[in-house]
Amino acid sequence: MFFFLVPMVTMLSLSLQTCNQVTLACHLTWSWSNFPDQIRQYHSQFANSLVYGSLATAIDLAVSYPLAYWIAFYGGRRKNFFLLMLLLPFFVSFVIRTLTWSFILADQGLVLGTLKRIHLLPGSFHVLASGTAVVAGIAYNYLPFTALPLYVALERIDRRVVEAAGDLYASRIAVFTRVILPLTIPGIFASFLLTFVPAIGDYVNAAILGGTNNYMIGNVIQDSFLVYSNYSAASALSAILMAVALIGIFAYARVLGGRTIEEYI
Amino acid sequence: MGASGEIDVRLDRVSKRFADTTAVDDLTLEVERGEFFSLLGPSGCGKTTTLRMIGGFEEPTEGTIELGGRDVTDLPPYRRDVNTVFQSYALFPHLTVFENVAFGLRRKKVSKAEVDRRVKESLVLVDLPGYERRKPSQLSGGQQQRVAVARALVNQPKLLLLDEPLGALDLKLRKQMQLELKRIQQEVGITFLYVTHDQEEAMTMSNRLAVMRHGKIEQIGAPEEVYDSPATEFVAGFLGASNLLEGEVKEVAGGIARVLVDGGAVLRVPEARMHGRGVSRVRVGVRPEKIRLVADEGEASSARNSVTGTLRVATYIGVSHQFTVDGPGGRTLTVYQQNMGTDPIPAPGSGVRLEWEPEHTFAVRPSEPLAEWEEEQ
Ligand SMILES: Nc1ncnc2c1ncn2[C@@H]1O[C@H](COP(=O)(O)OP(=O)(O)O)[C@@H](O)[C@H]1O
Ligand SMILES: [Mg+2]
Repeated sequence: MFFFLVPMVTMLSLSLQTCNQVTLACHLTWSWSNFPDQIRQYHSQFANSLVYGSLATAIDLAVSYPLAYWIAFYGGRRKNFFLLMLLLPFFVSFVIRTLTWSFILADQGLVLGTLKRIHLLPGSFHVLASGTAVVAGIAYNYLPFTALPLYVALERIDRRVVEAAGDLYASRIAVFTRVILPLTIPGIFASFLLTFVPAIGDYVNAAILGGTNNYMIGNVIQDSFLVYSNYSAASALSAILMAVALIGIFAYARVLGGRTIEEYI
Repeated sequence: MGASGEIDVRLDRVSKRFADTTAVDDLTLEVERGEFFSLLGPSGCGKTTTLRMIGGFEEPTEGTIELGGRDVTDLPPYRRDVNTVFQSYALFPHLTVFENVAFGLRRKKVSKAEVDRRVKESLVLVDLPGYERRKPSQLSGGQQQRVAVARALVNQPKLLLLDEPLGALDLKLRKQMQLELKRIQQEVGITFLYVTHDQEEAMTMSNRLAVMRHGKIEQIGAPEEVYDSPATEFVAGFLGASNLLEGEVKEVAGGIARVLVDGGAVLRVPEARMHGRGVSRVRVGVRPEKIRLVADEGEASSARNSVTGTLRVATYIGVSHQFTVDGPGGRTLTVYQQNMGTDPIPAPGSGVRLEWEPEHTFAVRPSEPLAEWEEEQ
């Protein structure tokens, strides 16, 4: 709790201070105006964050569920091997991984360069510096955070419960929609949180794959802190981001139907 | 309700091999409609696998399975007129008791009013009315067990498969549920195929039972038959304490075989209870409660079988006395004798004579020695 509270309080109080950008001295001025000012100034980056984060999370859920399902139910003795294969690329540092993709997908790089040379793609075609590249990058980088909780949820379903559904005349589809899916809702929820929250705060993918037109709010925060030393602005942005994430979480929890997570376990 | 003579389940030379084990080995079995039939055997003998093949969860490697005269060997579970009560229940944890029981009916698109009526009826049948809105996690083991039975019976199958349904319950609840299941079976009148490793449970509940070992059936029969006239050494030992003496068949005449046991005595065995006829070396047995123990004096009655020995231990357990006797051929024999309070109890170390009626004698086929994992049973 301590390690969680100290940075929180520091951040929130910073966001209400006014800082001298030369001396970096800050004092508390209760400048609430920081919040609307920041939103007004960076609303398109906020929008980018939410759109890219949601799209990437949706893609990750859609890709991970069948993957985790297959490993959990058909992985047999090689389950751990398959899990390792899934995680292996992610042993490489986040930044290096993303940079590697930027080399692979560069306009005249290995893939696009070759395709252009043999005229399968027009010379003007590009992948990098687009929203699509950012979404793909985020989806790729956060896949394990989605896949693992889903795998755990699927893995712990009692096989006899699945058989019981078959015994009680459920078709394969009904087994899935009536038993497996409801039993993995807590896992889906965990996957969603673990992916969506870091995804909307991400700045590495936008910086490396997105070019300057597709900045997310994470990039703005980073620039404010490290380039412009505007600590109060950066803190205010962070606080807003956190609030948005929390609202998203509560909205999602409400969609779950007001039932507590424990009821599903 | 008893058996009807009509065959409901027929397994014909069914085998199931997994990668490295033969779980069920050339098994042939017929169960009659309305019967309470048990598969009894130590754990690992292939009971669950047999049941799963009948339910359709496992495909036989060889052989055919018929239900109600129809070959169902290749049909999936939901195309068979069978429901299962799973080991450890396998209730749907996310559904209420009502929805658990209603699950099968809803899949069959039964009308809402009828679902309502039949679920309520089933819950009354298993004595759980008023629990509709609970979740399985809010029920005790015995109540979950009842829900599992209701969930299967509500579909009115022709055959109910039960895999050690009482295995997770404590002894007292077990006894109560045994009676309860028996009552339910008599009320609904459908065939129950029941799996257990508890011989007492199988004997109290079943019309007939099959004793299994290593994927094979050792003997099929009514409980009394299997208990009083076990076919193999394994069955004799699995269904209760038994005394076995080795000997040589000397003569078979007038429906009676005479066996000279190692160490002296000649014992008479009804020919009908001579399992493994034709061999000359046999094991002759008698159940401990059939034996009368007396001091070794006077003449033995020639109408009875009798052997002599030395009393080693006499244990008093209230309702009965239990004696351990060193018998002929160095065999240890056990005797249970009802505590009538009249017979004098011989002192340990003294010579005693064990007597019993020839019709209580049986002869078994030898079994291979028990494997270690079976002995703990
Ligand atoms: N799916 C399976 N894969 C491999 N071996 C199995 C499988 N199911 C059962 N067996 C083996 O088959 C044998 C019989 O098992 P089972 O039918 O469960 O016995 P029981 O129910 O009498 O305890 C055991 O040796 C068990 O290890
Ligand atoms: Mg079993």
